[in-house]
Amino acid sequence: MKDFFNIELTLRLLGLDFVQNALLAAAVLGVVAGALGPLIVMRRMAFAVHGTAELAFTGAAAALLLGMSVAYGALAGAVVAALLLALLGGKERERDSVIGAVLSFGLGVGVLLLWLYPSRAQNKFGLLVGQIITVDSANLMVFLVSGAVVLGVLAVVYRPLLFASVDPVVAAARGVPVKLVTPLFAVLMGIATALGVQTVGVLLVIALLVTPAAAACRVTASPLRATVLAVIFAETAVLGGIVLSLAPGAPVSAFVTTIAFTIYAVCRVIERRRLSTTRTSARVTTETATATEAHR
Amino acid sequence: MTEPAIQLRDASLSFGPRALWSGLNLDIAPGEFLAVLGPNGSGKSTLLSVLLGQQRLSSGTVRVAARDAAVRGVRGGLAPRGMGYIPQQGVVDFPHTLRGIDLVGLGLDGHRWGLGFRGAAERRRRVAEAIEAVGAESFAHRPLALLSGGEQQRLRVAQALVGEPAVLLCDEPLLSLDHVNQRAVSDLIERRRTEAGTTVLFVTHEINPILSYVDRVLYLVDGRFSIGSTEEVMTSDTLSTLYRTDVDVVRIGGQIHVTGPHSAVCEDDPHHPHSGARP
Repeated sequence: MKDFFNIELTLRLLGLDFVQNALLAAAVLGVVAGALGPLIVMRRMAFAVHGTAELAFTGAAAALLLGMSVAYGALAGAVVAALLLALLGGKERERDSVIGAVLSFGLGVGVLLLWLYPSRAQNKFGLLVGQIITVDSANLMVFLVSGAVVLGVLAVVYRPLLFASVDPVVAAARGVPVKLVTPLFAVLMGIATALGVQTVGVLLVIALLVTPAAAACRVTASPLRATVLAVIFAETAVLGGIVLSLAPGAPVSAFVTTIAFTIYAVCRVIERRRLSTTRTSARVTTETATATEAHR
Repeated sequence: MTEPAIQLRDASLSFGPRALWSGLNLDIAPGEFLAVLGPNGSGKSTLLSVLLGQQRLSSGTVRVAARDAAVRGVRGGLAPRGMGYIPQQGVVDFPHTLRGIDLVGLGLDGHRWGLGFRGAAERRRRVAEAIEAVGAESFAHRPLALLSGGEQQRLRVAQALVGEPAVLLCDEPLLSLDHVNQRAVSDLIERRRTEAGTTVLFVTHEINPILSYVDRVLYLVDGRFSIGSTEEVMTSDTLSTLYRTDVDVVRIGGQIHVTGPHSAVCEDDPHHPHSGARP
C-alpha cells in the first residue's frame, strides 16, 4: 500500500515499452469512446453497450479456446452482438428485454468456453476486469486500425447519424436512411466495445463508452462541445487510471471507473448550478418579451 | 397554366384489403395552400409519406416537381431536397444535448454525408437568418427539451424553411398548441407562402386556425374524399355524404364548426365498408 503514490516507481514504469504500448492503446480507445459516447447517450444505448460487451467476452473466450487472438475474437463477438441487438431490438419498448435475453445467453456460453479452456486462469480473469498491460505490438495494431476505421466512418456519416438519432421523424422525411444508420452505428459501437473489453474489461466498458459522455451531456447542450468534452473526460479516466495503477500494481479498471465516476458526479453538480441560473435568466427573458409585446 | 407543384393521377393506396383512398386526382399549383382534413386513420399523413417518397402508391402516379428537380440537379446528398416537413409537437423526445440552432442546422444539411466544415460560415448565417425569421433568437441556444411546445414548433418551422423548400408539408403542426401559438406558427407558414411562393400541404383536424389562408380543402373519410374550395367542401351536404351520416356544418363568427362525425364515425368500425371510394 505504501507504493500507492510512489512517483519515482511510476516514472520508471512509464519508461517501459509495454506500459507505453498500453498508454497508446488506451489513448486510441479514449478518442473512440469519447467520439461515440454522446451518440450512445442520445440513442439511449447504455444497456446495449453492456450487452455487446458480454458477447465480446464470449467471442474472446471462443478465440482463446481455438488458440486464436483474443482481440479478433472480441471484435467478432461484439460486432455480431451489436448487429443482432440492432436488428432484433427494433422497437424501443422491446429493446431492454431483447438485450437481456441475448446477453445472458452469450455470457453463459462464454463461461462454458472458459471452463473448457485448460489453463492460464489469469487470462480468463483478465477478460472480465481488463488486462491493458498485456497489450502487445500485434494488439496495438488492432487498436490503431480499428480506431482509425471507427473514426473515419463516423466522420463520413456523422451528420445523418446525429439527425437520425435526435430527430428520427424529420430525418426520415428529409431522406436520411434511418434504417441503415441504426445497424451501422451498432457496428461502430461494437468495435469500440471490443477495444474497451481488452482495457477495462467486460464489466466496466460502460465506464469509458457511457460515463464520460453522460457527464459531458450534463454540462453542455451543444452536441459538438459534448463530443469534445467526452473525449477529454474519457482520456483523463483511461490514461489517468493506467498511470495511477502502475505503482501499486492494482487493477486498472478500479482507477478508470473511479475517475470516470468522479467526473460524472462533478458534472452533475455543475449542471444543477447552471440550471438554476438558466431558469432565473429564462424567466427574466420571458418577462422582458411579454413587456415588450404589451408596449407594441 | 404553369406546371403543377404536385400532381396525383388516379392514385390509390391500400394496406391489404383496406383502401385508404383510391382514384385520387389532384393538381396542386405552386404557391397553393391546401388543407388536408379528415378523421384519424383516413390516410392524411400517409399522403404526405407518398409525397416524400417514403410510401409507394398501390396504383397511379405521383409527381412532385421540387423533388424531381432536386434529384436531377443536386449531387452529394440524399433525396429529397426541395421539400420541407413540419411534424406535430412532441413527436420526438429531444435529448438534453440538442439546442434549437442544432435542430435548424440539421434541417439545412443534416442529410449530407461528411462533417461539413466547408461552408460552416455560410451555414451559420443561414441558420441565424431562419431563426430570426421565426423570432426564436432568445431561446434558440437553450436545450430544446426545456422549451415550451410553442417555442419548439417555431424552431420546427425554421428547421423546415432553412433549406428554402418549394413545397412545405405540415403534419398537424398546431396539435397540442394553445391558440396564441397556433396563430403564431400558422402565420409564419403563411408568410413564407406569400413571400416565397412556397406550396403548402397542411394536414390538420382543425381548419379554423388556417381558415383565412386555405385555397382548397382535401377532405378524406374512409376511402371517400372531396376536393374543392372551403365553401364547396365544408358544407353539411358534402360532409354528410362523405361521412354517410348526418353532419352539421355551422359557421359562427368567421369560424367553421362541424358537429356529429367525430363521435358518430369511427374509422375502426367494422360496419363501415372500406371499399366505398368515390368513382
